[in-house]
Amino acid sequence: MSMFGMEPLVIGDDILDIGSRKAVDRYCGNKAQIGLSQDLLMGRPGAFDVPNVKDPALYCSSHFRSTCGTGDAGQEIKFAKGTTTLAFKFNGGIIVSVDSRATQGNYISSQTVKKVIEMNPYLLGTMAGGAADCSYWERRLNLQCRMYELRNGRRITVAAASKLLAGTMASYRGYGLSMGTMITGWDETGPQLYYVDDDGTRLKGKMFSVGSGSTFAYGVLDNYYREDLTLEEAIDLGKRAIYHATHRDAASGGINNLYHVTKDGWVKIHAIDVNDMHYEFEEEKRNEMSS
Amino acid sequence: MSYDRAITVFSPDGHLLQVEYSMEAVRRGSTVVGIQGKDCVVLAVEKRATAKLQDDRTIRKIFSIDDSTVLAFAGLTADARVLIDRVRVEAQSYRLIMEDAPSAEYLARFVAEIQQKYTQRGGVRPFGIATLLTGLDPPNQRPVLYQTDPAGTHSRWKAQVIGGNNAKSLREFLEKQYTADLDEAAAVKLAVQALMEVVDSGAKTMEVCVVRTGGKREMLSESVVQSTVQVLEQEQQAAQQQQQPVE
Repeated sequence: MSMFGMEPLVIGDDILDIGSRKAVDRYCGNKAQIGLSQDLLMGRPGAFDVPNVKDPALYCSSHFRSTCGTGDAGQEIKFAKGTTTLAFKFNGGIIVSVDSRATQGNYISSQTVKKVIEMNPYLLGTMAGGAADCSYWERRLNLQCRMYELRNGRRITVAAASKLLAGTMASYRGYGLSMGTMITGWDETGPQLYYVDDDGTRLKGKMFSVGSGSTFAYGVLDNYYREDLTLEEAIDLGKRAIYHATHRDAASGGINNLYHVTKDGWVKIHAIDVNDMHYEFEEEKRNEMSS
Repeated sequence: MSYDRAITVFSPDGHLLQVEYSMEAVRRGSTVVGIQGKDCVVLAVEKRATAKLQDDRTIRKIFSIDDSTVLAFAGLTADARVLIDRVRVEAQSYRLIMEDAPSAEYLARFVAEIQQKYTQRGGVRPFGIATLLTGLDPPNQRPVLYQTDPAGTHSRWKAQVIGGNNAKSLREFLEKQYTADLDEAAAVKLAVQALMEVVDSGAKTMEVCVVRTGGKREMLSESVVQSTVQVLEQEQQAAQQQQQPVE
């Protein structure tokens, strides 16, 4: 196990080095010194090709980064992003509620994205930011969690899983990754919720919302959140917050997928189209007005 | 063709001769005994006589790896120094990444992995040491005892001896004397008793370390070891007298 700086004795390509910064630096950073030609590097397992320019980090960051709003106006290809995800801890566990829309610029590329990655029966990750970035790195985190479990005969803690992801993100800092995720689960220390960012930020907390629609979700969450919510109230809150975010944020929409994390693992509660929720809440408003 | 030149060459009958020779180096080292008790693990090492002008406080055989993990080795001291530093760094790296203390099994596996790597590479030789490592087992925080050898295997033991010419006979001695669930005093006594088979008696020739459930560890003071030695000597004398025919 090594974070940046400490190189253990290495023989051959470690499968876990695939796609890591260590592999990039080893094979691409020293290219001039070891005299390898571009051909030899192409398709070599264990390394990402970086552009053959003076400052690869800046190039990646300005051309490939998924950014909100008009940040990617200069890019030829606008990568899929845009989201509202939220998760909060309450006395009955953790609720995770997300939307399912992906946008590329003004184009809605999908209404059925799975933004909650079910890493294993007791660990969930959410995805916000660049769809490809989130998807790839969280699946790779899943690999690392599984390897930990196999090697050590016990499940990885949520703290450690989120730390692994944060470390990976920090080592790619400046390269234009875009990922805002929440890692959540129930381990021997109880229910845990961590927010991990593409610049290596890692925060432990009781409630987070991530994505372009997060501000709208926070408005609803902050209004109604209490630690002693019942399960029904918590589910309703998660559902409502996503609905309001999708209503106002153009980059969020589709289906609300909601999960409940318990001591025995996570449970998927529902997948409801936010359009249907609109009419449900409309009806509710009308009833309240008249009573 | 000589099969013991290169480390990476098997002999026709399936031996890695360099690895076996490195186990010989372990045998030339001083003895270490490890005993697993009910709520503790005891490590006792033989302290060989040092030169008169040498400061023997600088000769250490029991090293702390982490808060509750302790390692004792038998074999080449310089090799041990290098390996111990690597394990110490790994333990801290684990703490940084996992936000948790590494288990004894994890660290023993790490030591074993390094030792194995050096048996499967050109241009290097194996580490000439075997280690006894004790630390906590995560679920219940009880201390456990692991052993590694130059071949790169690691395994858990209830009682084990490494180093010294008499390791085999000492192991047989332990097999006869060991019982499960020893309390700390009994475990210390058994460890000292085993060491006394191979060293000149006296506390000056032994160093004893105890790791307890929950992580507290202690290097026993010379006086405590000395009193254990005395008790054992008295018992031995009593046993001998009983055996002598009455004249």
